[in-house]
Amino acid sequence: MKVGQSKSRFIRLTLSYVVLTVIAIGCLYPALWVLLSSFRPGTSLYSDSFIPKSFTLSHYTELFQSKVFLYGRWYLNTLKIAVLSMIFSTILSTMSMYALSRFRFKGRKTLLTTLLVLGMFPGFMSLVPVYIFLLQLNLLDTHAAIIIVYSAGSVLMNGFVIKGFFDTIPRSLDESARIDGANHLQIFYRIMLPLARPILIYVALTTFAGAWVDFIFARLVLRSKENWTLAVGMWDLVSSYQNSNFTMFAAGAVLIAVPITLLFVFLQKFLVQGLTAGASKG
Amino acid sequence: MNGRRSAILSAISMGLGQLYNRQYMKGILLLLTEAAALGYFIPRLVHDLWGIWTLGDAPSKMVKVGKIYQTVKGDHSIFLMINGLITVLILALFIAIYLMNIRDAYRTGTTRDQGGKAANFRESISYVWDRKFPHLLLTIPGLGVLFLTIMPIVFMILLSFTNYSLPQHIPPAKLVDWVGFNTFKDLLTLKSWSRTFFGVFTWTIIWAVLATATCYFGGLLVALLIEQKDVKFKKLWRTLFILPYAIPQLISLLVMRNLFNGQFGPVNQYLSYFGFGKLPWLTDPTWAKATAILVNMWVGIPVSMVLILGVLTAIPKDLYEAADVDGASGYQKFRIVTLPFVLFATAPILITQFAGNINNFNLIFLLTNGEPLNGEYQYAGSTDLLVTWLYKLTLNNSQFNMASAIGIIIFIIIATFSIINYRRTKSFKEEDMIQ
Repeated sequence: MKVGQSKSRFIRLTLSYVVLTVIAIGCLYPALWVLLSSFRPGTSLYSDSFIPKSFTLSHYTELFQSKVFLYGRWYLNTLKIAVLSMIFSTILSTMSMYALSRFRFKGRKTLLTTLLVLGMFPGFMSLVPVYIFLLQLNLLDTHAAIIIVYSAGSVLMNGFVIKGFFDTIPRSLDESARIDGANHLQIFYRIMLPLARPILIYVALTTFAGAWVDFIFARLVLRSKENWTLAVGMWDLVSSYQNSNFTMFAAGAVLIAVPITLLFVFLQKFLVQGLTAGASKG
Repeated sequence: MNGRRSAILSAISMGLGQLYNRQYMKGILLLLTEAAALGYFIPRLVHDLWGIWTLGDAPSKMVKVGKIYQTVKGDHSIFLMINGLITVLILALFIAIYLMNIRDAYRTGTTRDQGGKAANFRESISYVWDRKFPHLLLTIPGLGVLFLTIMPIVFMILLSFTNYSLPQHIPPAKLVDWVGFNTFKDLLTLKSWSRTFFGVFTWTIIWAVLATATCYFGGLLVALLIEQKDVKFKKLWRTLFILPYAIPQLISLLVMRNLFNGQFGPVNQYLSYFGFGKLPWLTDPTWAKATAILVNMWVGIPVSMVLILGVLTAIPKDLYEAADVDGASGYQKFRIVTLPFVLFATAPILITQFAGNINNFNLIFLLTNGEPLNGEYQYAGSTDLLVTWLYKLTLNNSQFNMASAIGIIIFIIIATFSIINYRRTKSFKEEDMIQ
């Protein structure tokens, strides 16, 4: 009996480790493959070994020196757009969700339901009208347009995650602050913001990442090459030069993915909190 | 007396009632608002309303002037429609402000009738700051949502009732007309459209069910493997498995597309190395669908894993102890304790993910781009979902009316699932529980 049990435990554990290892390889392989490809001499997708025979940094230097791919320029553009969108959308969505979570006023439920329903429309259904709207305002091909649209959109995207978190902060806290004579704004940034830090980091991180890689909208609005973002540029690189220039794509991909991946891995804790909070919408 | 008088004055022009109540600052501000509004409306209101009603009556055309042809700018139906829409929205906002102005004048007047004093400007400001704080906070986001979300959606809904499409009705050379429900009728009854629609629709549903189920149970499996009591390096496994989620989808999907490349991709290279033939991962309709689901597992399992890990740690330990006392085996414990608990706690997520998968634009567009092509379909490939089809119809084929009709149908599907779901969840029911 005892022997049988420890034997079956051994089999189970071994099997578990084998499965876990296989999955881990599956998770890592694509990432490693791109990383190694970016150091491989030559330009083709085909290679006869997983680890290249020699390493080169030429694809990285080529990215920044090329006259056709304004990679450095795009990198700065993307950084600017992502940082500003992150700031504005975090401010806008926390402010509005603070109002919706903390105050009871006429039409509040209707407003919440409206936000939910709006969130269900396929996002890029609004591409064409937003395009014409921006055209009328003379904002096409500007970064301001992109930032405005991302920030306004984030209220719908992240709103309920934030609201759910605010809902869990006890009301008695702000009531006692009220009695001590604090006004709403003070309560907002002295009490609510510090407490909501994990969710704010989650929202900031996801909007940053979203703006970093969005190409659907960016491709529509940014017409001239100097104004492109990384995502648009990479998309162009893949769709027009895929097979002839794979290694350069790999190098570009690594440079785009590394900052986001590092941020996500280091801020894992907040991501998990955000995902769980968002999932239960509570 | 004062109440009615100031209300009537304010109805004649914004701010008059306030001036009558000796709220000079407020009155002047309101008068200025009205002046600005009139300045905006007078040159365009009539034309814009006419525009959205008729969508224009004269297309651009070439006119012979002397010896050369010149383009005479006509009505651009789509611009007329959007401008009309924007003006209507602004008009609605203005009317709302106007009504509030009348109500405010009436209230202040009534207060004075009852012997009270009209609030001075500073008092008004601090009243708004204190009592109307949520409204203040919501103003800017509200305007953003109104013009960048609601306006576009209304516009798209309107579009589906027009004939805005290639080759006959693209402004400025041609006009667009209202056609009622014809677009929907065509979509469902015209052979070429209906075949595509039902084909794509069926695949969308199959896709959403399979993608959700595989990710969910994959995530459950991984979570259970990690959470076994005697498995070591829990944190390391977790970090490794979360990696696919951390890599931007744009990158990972484009990479996958190369990995599964039929000719040069490493996957086929390994297969032929081990003596299997090469597989048409992305080029055969059935294989492409399978590949999409496989790749989606890679992208989606980490999220499910994280969520389910959270639920697993929340299962009360005494449930397992009780099961142990009753002599339950490991499998029985899983079936009787773990599974029901996890399913119950994650049911809302399952529905959200299902809705998300119906709209999973990135995965299909970046991985297969809807391909391989399907000769039977109108502007769609074999792996196209409704959303990617909509995108192609809009950006590549200029079938705007069809695209909007499909968008509305997607919305109806998603809304049905989501509303039932959300109505039951915490943020609606229990939000006042924590005080």
